[in-house]
Amino acid sequence: MDVTTLLILLLIGAVATLVSGDKLASKVALLFSLVAFGLSINLLLQFNQGTDIGFVSNWIANPKVALALKADGLSMAMVLLTTALTPLIILSSFGNSFNNSKNFYALVLFMAFAMAGTFLAADGLLYYIFWELALIPIYFIALIWGNGDVDERKKAVVKFFIYTLAGSLFMLVGFAYLYSKAGSFLLEDLYKLELSNQEQFWIFFAFFLAYAIKIPIIPFHTWQAKVYQKAPTVGTMLLSGIMLKMGLYSVIRWQLPIAPDAAKEYMPILIGLSIAGVIYGSVVALRQKDLKKLLAYSSLAHVGLIAAGCYTLTADGLNGAVYQMIAHGFVIVGLFFAAEVIFRRFETRKIDELGGIRSQASGFTSMFMILVLASVALPGTYNFVGEFTVLYSLSQVNIWFAVIGGTTIILGAYYMLKMFQNVMLGETNTKVFADVTVSEAIVFVAIIGFLLFLGLYPKPINNLVNPAIKEILAVINR
Amino acid sequence: MQVLITIVSLGVFCLLAEIFNLRKLLVPITVIGLLAVLGISLNLWSIDSSIDTNYLNMMATTKFSSAFSSLFIVLTIFILLLSDDFYKDIPTKFSDFIAIKIFLLAGAVAMVSFTNLAMFFLGIEILSISLYILAASRRLDIKSNEAGMKYFLMGSFASGIILFGICLVYGATGYFNLEEIYALSQGIGLPTWFPIGVTLIVIGMLFKIAAAPFHFWAPDVYEGSPALTTAIMSTLAKVVAMATLYKLLSGMTVALGYKVELLIVIISILSMTIGNIMALRQKNVKRMLAFSGISHAGFMLMALLTLSTAASTLLYYTTAYALAGIAAFAVIIMVTKNKENENIENFNGLGKTNPLMAAVLTASLLSMAGIPIFSGFFAKFMLFSDTVKAGFLIVVIAGVINSIISVGYYFKLILAMYTKESNEEKVSIPFAYTIVAIVAIVLNIVIGIYPSLLTDLLV
Repeated sequence: MDVTTLLILLLIGAVATLVSGDKLASKVALLFSLVAFGLSINLLLQFNQGTDIGFVSNWIANPKVALALKADGLSMAMVLLTTALTPLIILSSFGNSFNNSKNFYALVLFMAFAMAGTFLAADGLLYYIFWELALIPIYFIALIWGNGDVDERKKAVVKFFIYTLAGSLFMLVGFAYLYSKAGSFLLEDLYKLELSNQEQFWIFFAFFLAYAIKIPIIPFHTWQAKVYQKAPTVGTMLLSGIMLKMGLYSVIRWQLPIAPDAAKEYMPILIGLSIAGVIYGSVVALRQKDLKKLLAYSSLAHVGLIAAGCYTLTADGLNGAVYQMIAHGFVIVGLFFAAEVIFRRFETRKIDELGGIRSQASGFTSMFMILVLASVALPGTYNFVGEFTVLYSLSQVNIWFAVIGGTTIILGAYYMLKMFQNVMLGETNTKVFADVTVSEAIVFVAIIGFLLFLGLYPKPINNLVNPAIKEILAVINR
Repeated sequence: MQVLITIVSLGVFCLLAEIFNLRKLLVPITVIGLLAVLGISLNLWSIDSSIDTNYLNMMATTKFSSAFSSLFIVLTIFILLLSDDFYKDIPTKFSDFIAIKIFLLAGAVAMVSFTNLAMFFLGIEILSISLYILAASRRLDIKSNEAGMKYFLMGSFASGIILFGICLVYGATGYFNLEEIYALSQGIGLPTWFPIGVTLIVIGMLFKIAAAPFHFWAPDVYEGSPALTTAIMSTLAKVVAMATLYKLLSGMTVALGYKVELLIVIISILSMTIGNIMALRQKNVKRMLAFSGISHAGFMLMALLTLSTAASTLLYYTTAYALAGIAAFAVIIMVTKNKENENIENFNGLGKTNPLMAAVLTASLLSMAGIPIFSGFFAKFMLFSDTVKAGFLIVVIAGVINSIISVGYYFKLILAMYTKESNEEKVSIPFAYTIVAIVAIVLNIVIGIYPSLLTDLLV
């Protein structure tokens, strides 16, 4: 068995969901996503035993493109993130009812397929195709099933699409250039390329546009908050939990090893931009009145820190970035879900219209509290492991980067706790707030359990990721 | 040659069919006939560059001509399948219109298989005159008349320029025959009017493919013509002209000089940009696709920069573009059948009233915009990749920026289908439209997933 099985399964799942009809769609999608999760666990076990679960086959003769899927520790970690979050995201939507739900869930599974493909592809063009494919479903999910005024939503989503497409097309030109040099798109051939400094600069820049928009890094973030707000929560979770990790993963996998000298040369600027995102996101989050928007900006701050970790080019930085990607993926899905749970009951996301939930729903309050604390990197949660490793790596580059980047924890604690206070505490609300249902509780418990478990015992992820990062670093420092 | 003869006899048969009152069976019979021609054309595959001396060196069957002829035949079959319903209201002219389309195909085949400039000119005239008639085929519609008239006037100018160019080339070399011209063009000492002649021919062809700055006729003519004729113009006619331009340039000159390449770069960038920016502002879908076609012409011109290797890239691009165009037009004709105009509002809510057709139109627009897995993506990628290799990075960057702009108007249509409410009841769709739309888009996706099906043909 190799990784193609997983991709095929997700694709079949999407088709099966589409034909299963509106009533069954959500259940079929959940079933397939769970099977995919099981399958990826099985793949992980095989991988740990040293079995080769990659896949290479010729696809197109001219230009020479191969169906190459490679699974190293980094890819496996990201694939596991995708397949673990997908069932949680699907399950979290059980409280909503969507028109045409068969199309909706089929698109969700298709997106999971494209994202898993992006994480596995070891051929530049194949990777690019998966990367673009992931964009189509989220476009329709946000456009058709989003909330708020149609015209505003349209504007936000089209802006998002054009932004990301613009970035990726420059990446495509970069790949075309690399192909003209290497005569192949295979990752290993591209790693072997010796590019001049100027070539590296342009390639790095073309890739940077694509990734900086996707992640997003300042000043390419302007699409983000509106889309997170307007998309249905499932879409927001997919975007923030998994899709932006595609950008960060690609920095580690493609951008840094192919153009290492450019990365070294512009390191201060890159880290500076990333950290500017941390400060900017945190400060803007302080002033937000909409719960989803606040979370969007907090997410901007957190990924800024992850990007800074990637660009340190140290082992700690890259490892920490991967830990934090996983931790952030889980916690942000949990937080957006909490916002959705509140919206289901109160039909508002305005922070000052909320309050007094604690006295009515103690279960929900405690779970939300743990998620808030995890998001501000309380020791004992996995976010602490990630954030601390990244900050440590920043201090290796320059202590001031670490100091400024470290404000994320302080500012984060401030706005998150203030938000928690306004939303959950305070006078008893006149409206009734029922405590979480079983399906909601399962999602929360799974996320929290995962974060706490890894927070106390991070070794499995370390063992998985560290060797892969070591290999990539060897390529970067060739 | 066999292909051409069979097609022409099929056309004559269509005219005769009127006498024998076979109107109802006409489309099935011609489609079967064309499938047979397709078989012949594919059967000739193994014969390569054997000039048929029996025909006075007028035509040659090469891989290039067979591949493109087969593409034209497939496109004509799609168009014919759409015709049955489209001309329902004017039954008396039906067989004429079918016959004209078949003759148009004959012209197209002549244009990609000529070895003699006289044959080339015959081909382009047969194609053009058929199109003039089809553009004006709604006799009582003033817009259709206008379109036909405009197209005819501008088109005859272009033909005149081409003819003048052919004369100059003949004057310079003393030959109509491509091989001889090619051989002579390698030596030095050709009179100045040889490059002038070639330039005039190229200008005439640029007019036919509607590349800027020779594009002004296209929007009006596309908008005024009956939708099915617009479909022919924007898919078949454009592809034919592009393939012919390629064949002419690669057949007449050894290598394009630096100046010619610069000119192609400028025209290519100009077409892309003008086409896209104008398309952003259009409300009429046919007009929008006219401008989008202008920008695609700019993309296809990029292929001329890598003349020696571009045949397969061009075949792939034109196939991808034409299949997406056919699928899109099948839906557009269906939606606007009983409407006064083709404005975007007519597509409001199509995603709800007719999800399947909306999905097909979305897919074809995404293909034109160049989103993977649709073949439009690979088409653009191969162009970009070839052009980067040849060192024309600036065109590629212009192409990328234009691809981004184009998303703006393609998505306007997609947004209308999925976010606006429809004000109409569900209508039943003729089976032919559905089948054409679906088959075209499936073919598009298939060659998107297996590009080698086409790209390996002409290597």
